[in-house]
Amino acid sequence: MATLDSKVPAGPLADKWRKHKADIKLVNPANKRKYEVIVVGAGLAGSSCAATLADLGYKVKCFVFHDSPRRAHSIAAQGGINAAKNYQNDGDSVYRLFYDTIKGGDYRSREANVHRLAEVSVNIIDQCAATGVPFAREYGGLLANRSFGGAQVSRTFYARGQTGQQLLLGAYSQLSRAIGAGTVELHAQSEMLDLVLVGGQAKGIITRDLVSGKIERHAADAVVLATGGYGNVFNLSTYARGSNTTAIWRAYKRGACFANPCYTQIHPTCIPVSGDYQSKLTLMSESLRNDGRIWVPKNKADCGKDPNAIPEADRDYYLERMYPSFGNLCPRDIASRAAKRVCDEGRGVGPTALGVYLDFSDAIRRLGENGVRERYGNLFDIYHEITAESAYKTPMRIFPAVHYTMGGLWVDYNLMSNIPGLFVLGEANFSDHGANRLGASALMQGLADGYFVIPYTIGDYLASQKPGSRPSADSVEFKGAEENVTAMNRRFLANQGKAPVSHYHKRLGKIMWEFCGMARTKQGLEQALQQIPALREEFWANVRVPGSADTLNQSLEQAGRVADFLELGELMCRDALTREESCGGHFREEHQHPDGECKRDDANFGHAAAWEYQGPDKTPLRNVEALNYEFVKMSVRNYK
Amino acid sequence: MVAAQTSSQPFSITLRVWRQAGPKQPGKFVDYRSANLSPNMSFLEMLDVVNDELTAKGEEPIAFAHDCREGICGTCSCTINGKPHGPGRGVATCQVYMRSFRDGDVVTVEPFRAEAFPIVKDLITDRSAFDRIQQAGGFITARAGSAPDANAIPVPKPDADLAMDAATCIGCGACVAACKNASAMLFVAAKVSHLGLLPQGQAERDKRVLAMVQTMDELGFGNCTNQYECSAACPKLISHDFIARMNRDYFKASLRASFRPESIGASGGAG
Ligand SMILES: Cc1cc2nc3c(=O)[nH]c(=O)nc-3n(C[C@H](O)[C@H](O)[C@H](O)COP(=O)(O)OP(=O)(O)OC[C@H]3O[C@@H](n4cnc5c(N)ncnc54)[C@H](O)[C@@H]3O)c2cc1C
Ligand code: FES
Repeated sequence: MATLDSKVPAGPLADKWRKHKADIKLVNPANKRKYEVIVVGAGLAGSSCAATLADLGYKVKCFVFHDSPRRAHSIAAQGGINAAKNYQNDGDSVYRLFYDTIKGGDYRSREANVHRLAEVSVNIIDQCAATGVPFAREYGGLLANRSFGGAQVSRTFYARGQTGQQLLLGAYSQLSRAIGAGTVELHAQSEMLDLVLVGGQAKGIITRDLVSGKIERHAADAVVLATGGYGNVFNLSTYARGSNTTAIWRAYKRGACFANPCYTQIHPTCIPVSGDYQSKLTLMSESLRNDGRIWVPKNKADCGKDPNAIPEADRDYYLERMYPSFGNLCPRDIASRAAKRVCDEGRGVGPTALGVYLDFSDAIRRLGENGVRERYGNLFDIYHEITAESAYKTPMRIFPAVHYTMGGLWVDYNLMSNIPGLFVLGEANFSDHGANRLGASALMQGLADGYFVIPYTIGDYLASQKPGSRPSADSVEFKGAEENVTAMNRRFLANQGKAPVSHYHKRLGKIMWEFCGMARTKQGLEQALQQIPALREEFWANVRVPGSADTLNQSLEQAGRVADFLELGELMCRDALTREESCGGHFREEHQHPDGECKRDDANFGHAAAWEYQGPDKTPLRNVEALNYEFVKMSVRNYK
Repeated sequence: MVAAQTSSQPFSITLRVWRQAGPKQPGKFVDYRSANLSPNMSFLEMLDVVNDELTAKGEEPIAFAHDCREGICGTCSCTINGKPHGPGRGVATCQVYMRSFRDGDVVTVEPFRAEAFPIVKDLITDRSAFDRIQQAGGFITARAGSAPDANAIPVPKPDADLAMDAATCIGCGACVAACKNASAMLFVAAKVSHLGLLPQGQAERDKRVLAMVQTMDELGFGNCTNQYECSAACPKLISHDFIARMNRDYFKASLRASFRPESIGASGGAG
């Protein structure tokens, strides 16, 4: 059984991080270059981490499966990044951002981590502006803000509708600087396929060069995973097609605990599915909810009509009706479930009746078409490209889609997993968002972890490792892990099956969406727990992977990733089944208040569930970390 | 976007695709029929379906680069009917929809062609030259922990907006593929302008433009002869005015570098 020591420092909430930084061990400057750190991933979390560790003097090797670090999925984030700057003088503070995040997460995150996140949020904006991120400005030249769901202050910084792109390019520029200076060694198109443990500590990885097919062994003093989220287990999602779970899943199979895998976020505003061939769902940023109003017809009979012909009196602005104080800006999980409910009632719109309107006519009256274009122009363009409709003329149609995974590898306050020497940053860890993430907080967390947390906390671990004690990549542990990887590839290529990998990915996605999506039931989850292992068996018996292992082979890459999703999906359903309560993005129909809101069970489930691998086809062990709320009272979330 | 296919009836096209097993192998066009298409399907989704059919027959699917499928990561990179990123203006390959084609069309698909972007396989090229240009100077040196308060340095809104226009570059390489000289001027100009327009970018302004242009030249990109095919092919429609801007910057930086007395130049000021 794994020991889960959160290592949260004692003392008042607001002093913990400062005190911890003063207490933890340091590595002296002359010794830093004797340590080698592997960073897997170069999204916001990975690139900021790699650049900063290199600036501190560590030797860094950075691995990405993309052809360039600039392509990481962080690039796609649209809306913005939160920070408690209080530049608007509207009552924001570190405490308020902390509190909003804890409450938004439905009291399932760790207080001390969240407070630290809110504290360093202010440094992030400074750092990004210094690296040349062209944030939106007011006419006086100062930074502009917008508001986002789950908050009553304006604390979101943005760069048009391309905030993730600009933040990532900022972090990428710092990483590029380090690569140019020779302090980071970049391995692009290099996919981590196994984690290597030596003496119970993370000391290296096995990778496949995706161009040459070469399997490589890399040793280091510590390993950092910043490999993003696993939402593509649903097949259809707002994630980039390449996003996957492989790095953290294989680490899980080496003993790292996987915490709260069932906490997934369904984003309320995405473009609805149009057909079977669909490969991805496109998000329409939540920032649209600042100015767009969500509605469906009051009467089912109106659903097929031209929306502009439906009179005001026959429209149901259901979020404004149900949540008068937060209205269209209520948190994502609440907005998504409300959309599902009105569609279940038969009031959905569009060809599939799985859609609701997001209407800008009021905003256009108020701000003019150009005012709206200035704020959201690129989003309206995307919408037009995909649907061939103009949202300036007719309301957008939107529907919820899988968007983010709050679960991930368990980490302590130092962002270290239960495997010593294995650190996990960004969306890949479970740490800061509890059961639901607020908008504009993932970018904040990625950069907080990479620029401002890991540079301190990794030193505490490395200081306990003798310089030069790094094992050789020729040791038996490395060779064993390498054999593991090559055996899997051999097995795929030798299979004389019939169906392409995508066939299984689609089927898994359907099971997950139906049984482990927006609303879950005991019965449904039990069904999924029957269906997924059967599908996995079929996959291994009948999948077809053409080509060879010695060249670029996208089918082979995909096969490995989907094999992992087929295992992860089962764990997610198991976690959802065991968590007999509703909280945030995890909604169990059996556990709801009469008005349809989540009914938490703090006495029995006020904890993080960290699953521990026990071997193939064995039921994993469920460890718990109790969440002790010392400073905030766990209460019922209320956005009414 | 041109809407050629107006009815929602399923239709078919013939795909003429560049197949090349590896960097050193010869390549050739191969025809595939793609049937049952819906106008709302994306071009890449059409390729997915063709690939699944090939796989089911035990043949190797067409390798093509893609990731975000929403026009922001810059991974996708097909030349469709001779145009980088295909029909339409201001879109990447992944934002092309089948409604742009007609029943019975023959659609040619090939990789971005440029000497500095060698073909890796089928429709995939190696664009790491762009990363190397960035590494040479496409940054503002700012170690974490050393930044002043973000509002301490106001940036006039017009400057910030113009910097943002340049910064929207997705690094796809369409500008290079569209240019008859395979020049990377638009890509480099966009980065030089983005950082050079901001007060934070001034300290390294000269050094940046000199280093990035030099690296661009070394990597085998061609010269700019002001045809501006680059801007027309750019999925973000980045203006070629930035090229003129960079030329001015480059000229001034070269002058300053050459007038710098030895003793100061040697301390690294002018780069
Ligand atoms: C469409 C969209 C819009 C969003 N908008 C917002 C927003 O407005 N505000 C906000 O705060 N958040 C937003 N988010 C969420 C946010 O973008 C992500 O949570 C965040 O960017 C994740 O960053 P990351 O660094 O953890 O991972 P990623 O950016 O996903 O990076 C993962 C990295 O790991 C590498 N990698 C992965 N696996 C391997 C492997 N096995 N081997 C080698 N390398 C590997 C990849 O190459 C990549 O470099 C949005 C998300 C989506 C999908
Ligand atoms: S796949 Fe990302 S830009 Fe086309």
